[in-house]
Amino acid sequence: MISSLQELADQFSKLIPQDAPLPETPAAAGASCAHGGVASQASTNPVQMVDYAIKGWHLDVRARPDQVVAAAALLDENGFATDAVTGVDWIAEGEMEVVYDYFHPANSWRVVVRARVPRSKPEIPTISQVYPGANWHERETHEFFGIVFLGHPNLTPLLLPEDADYHPLRKDFKA
Amino acid sequence: MSALSLLSSGEREHETFILNVGPQHPATHGVLRLKLTMDGEYITRAEPVCGYIHRMHEKMGENRTWAQFLPNTGRIDYLAAMAYGHAYVAAVERAAGIVVPARAEYIRVITSELNRISSHLVWFGAFLLDLGGFTPLLYAFDDREKILDLLEALTGSRLTYCYYRFGGVCNDVDDDFIRGTREFVAGMRPRMKMYRELVTDNIILRKRLIGIGHISAEMCRKYGATGPVIRGSGVAYDVRKNEPYSVYRDFDFDVPVFPEGDCMARYLVRMEEMVQSLRIVEQALDKLPGGPALTAGVPRVLKPAVGDYCFAVEAARGRFLVRIVSDGKEIPYRVRLRTPSFSNLSLFEEASQGMMLPDALALLGSLDLVIPDIDR
Amino acid sequence: MSIIEPFRLLLFLVGIMAFIGLNAAYLVWVERKGAARFQRRPGPTEVGYAGLLQPIADGIKLLSKQLHVPPGADGVLFRVAPLLVMIPAMIGLAVVPFSETLVARNTNVGLLMIFAFGSINVMAIMLSGWSSRNKYAIISAARIVSQDVAYEIPMLLVVITMLMVTGTMNLNEIVQQQAGWFWHWNLFRLDVNPLMPLTFFIFFVCMLAETNRAPFDMAEAESELVAGAFTEYAGMGFGVFFIAEYANIILGCAFATILFLGGWQSPFGVWSGVFWFLLKMYALVFTVIWVRWTFPRTQFYNLLNLSWKLLIPVSLFTLILTAVVMKVLKT
Repeated sequence: MISSLQELADQFSKLIPQDAPLPETPAAAGASCAHGGVASQASTNPVQMVDYAIKGWHLDVRARPDQVVAAAALLDENGFATDAVTGVDWIAEGEMEVVYDYFHPANSWRVVVRARVPRSKPEIPTISQVYPGANWHERETHEFFGIVFLGHPNLTPLLLPEDADYHPLRKDFKA
Repeated sequence: MSALSLLSSGEREHETFILNVGPQHPATHGVLRLKLTMDGEYITRAEPVCGYIHRMHEKMGENRTWAQFLPNTGRIDYLAAMAYGHAYVAAVERAAGIVVPARAEYIRVITSELNRISSHLVWFGAFLLDLGGFTPLLYAFDDREKILDLLEALTGSRLTYCYYRFGGVCNDVDDDFIRGTREFVAGMRPRMKMYRELVTDNIILRKRLIGIGHISAEMCRKYGATGPVIRGSGVAYDVRKNEPYSVYRDFDFDVPVFPEGDCMARYLVRMEEMVQSLRIVEQALDKLPGGPALTAGVPRVLKPAVGDYCFAVEAARGRFLVRIVSDGKEIPYRVRLRTPSFSNLSLFEEASQGMMLPDALALLGSLDLVIPDIDR
Repeated sequence: MSIIEPFRLLLFLVGIMAFIGLNAAYLVWVERKGAARFQRRPGPTEVGYAGLLQPIADGIKLLSKQLHVPPGADGVLFRVAPLLVMIPAMIGLAVVPFSETLVARNTNVGLLMIFAFGSINVMAIMLSGWSSRNKYAIISAARIVSQDVAYEIPMLLVVITMLMVTGTMNLNEIVQQQAGWFWHWNLFRLDVNPLMPLTFFIFFVCMLAETNRAPFDMAEAESELVAGAFTEYAGMGFGVFFIAEYANIILGCAFATILFLGGWQSPFGVWSGVFWFLLKMYALVFTVIWVRWTFPRTQFYNLLNLSWKLLIPVSLFTLILTAVVMKVLKT
């Protein structure tokens, strides 16, 4: 069990080495980390501490899709709880982003793990075997964006009708 | 499958049947469907089916300006509308760098805490209605009426408030409100004592709730359950203390935590929270500073800086998080609403395994769900 | 049997049915007003003065609804069940002495008759639940059978205790034994049964359970099973169950009055009559209504535990105690 956020950041840095190539364009990096992020490391360091007063979380981790499960397991070992799984459709960049929010029930730490998947083939492994609570969040993200969570036990629509084959929160969705 | 086969005691093969509770049912507090696979009176699997009141607020967030989304926040959880408005407004204020005057922060705290009390009163009445006690609902609504009158004079709405604005609140409080609130706080304390004596100490209620519906702290963590659910399982997690926002640091209040993890613990957490909210309101009224209630100079059409931001509040049901993604335009790029009832309900399937139907419904009531909060 | 006896019986039976009907209608009004006052609200006030015509309006509404039989339901049983539920109450009231002379049929086995026919009640509600072919109704029917069977036993044990005290099953004689000032009532006869108030309390609780009133209303636990065994009944079919429920309450309270509270005897020994009977009976009915709106509902297994693990041992104990006390004190 770690005793400080910096330790957690170091463990993440081991998990997600800095020189590993990130599937992300500099413009997107700027868009998601400006105003509150640590600007000088914006495009190279995947693990950064951000200004909580402005952003609302402490640690920001940019992972590859295949690293999110390991990230979730690391956070689970350290007693974090799953907060939300959010999808964002970056249509201009041809990517979709999955943002995982975590909070810690015993102190005030907040960690965000984000991963990008290409729009043409939006697949990412599921974290629902680590955090059962993510099960429903992933179902919702799937039905709104069409992101496939590999290994999810039941990826049927949760809020939309059972036979829905459209994904409403995509930016190119026309009602 | 015929009625005869259910009641025959021939083979002991434990045939299960599916009982649909809802979507129209007196106990589900809204349109929630529970597909219960039952073996006699025992539940082998409970599958909540939601989406009956899904209005897609998150898409609406992408079709309106930042200010036009404000009324939506009051309709997500209509019972605790103030806190939800607070989360959204504060997230946008973070993004746009707007500073809120102290008086507005105090007013926000007073109105949020009054809203919390009125939400818990509805929960109290409805929960007891589920358990068969019809009368406390009317008593709770009597008290709630006083809060609703106060807030109606201040905001214009009784239920779905849209009172907070970017940079403060839209209407300053006047002396009538302050006097009325003080009277309410003074009158509510003996009522809480009455509820404790008449309802909490009632033997039938205690037998109905103690030891029923155990949820462990580990389960809460894994499912992200917050609010009275996690505090009833022994974990002292309250966003007002863990991630203090607004001016909650200025107040002296306790966060009730009960370790048992059963329905009674969650019940006691909420009853005690009402008492603590009264304390906060009283302190806030005493310390209410002067000054403006709304920052001047906030542009009518707001264009916050690019990036993503989030803000979490302790709503009546648990942790409510708003995550906004701005691309510098007057319309949000993405608004994500992480609602407490969604996470709280997701653990129902695992927690209700092997329970009997009346106990499962007591568990459902103790989770304090508002279905529009789940479906959004 | 004299020549006018059949006509007298007919008159009494019509009177009993009118009594039941009027009571069912106006007990609903009492219940709604009582519930409202307990809940700090006015209750029905629109129809007639203080809402007194409300039951008439409700009756007209129920009569005007379609008597819908769900497809797949057992047609005969579904239609017959409401009628079966009315029968025990009417027959029971035929042997109840409203005053010394006001009794339809004063038989020597009046007490036994009430219980014999009371058991039909259980079967009738179960039939209504089963024939509805609705899962909620079936669960409710199963629960009713368990509950009513469980609570009949302590009730019968209490009645046997009282039989030992009174020595007769003739209801009019039981009341006549309690003549005099109120301490002659069976409730205060601690010389034969030191635990007599406890016996009365057990009887009252069992009566609540047998009539499926809260806190023992598992049958129609509204918040769990919608309307339970009566879910599929519409219009007057449901109305008949409603009337039967109040008729059963009247019968139970009348029976309690006769057994424990001196029936039509006045508390001062003089001016006995039907007035005192009605007063005592309605006081008990009001208590039944009062209890309904005060307490939450127990869980089903706790209800059964209460009967099997608490009430039966206690009532057995009072039975043996009464037998011992009577034997010892009589010698």
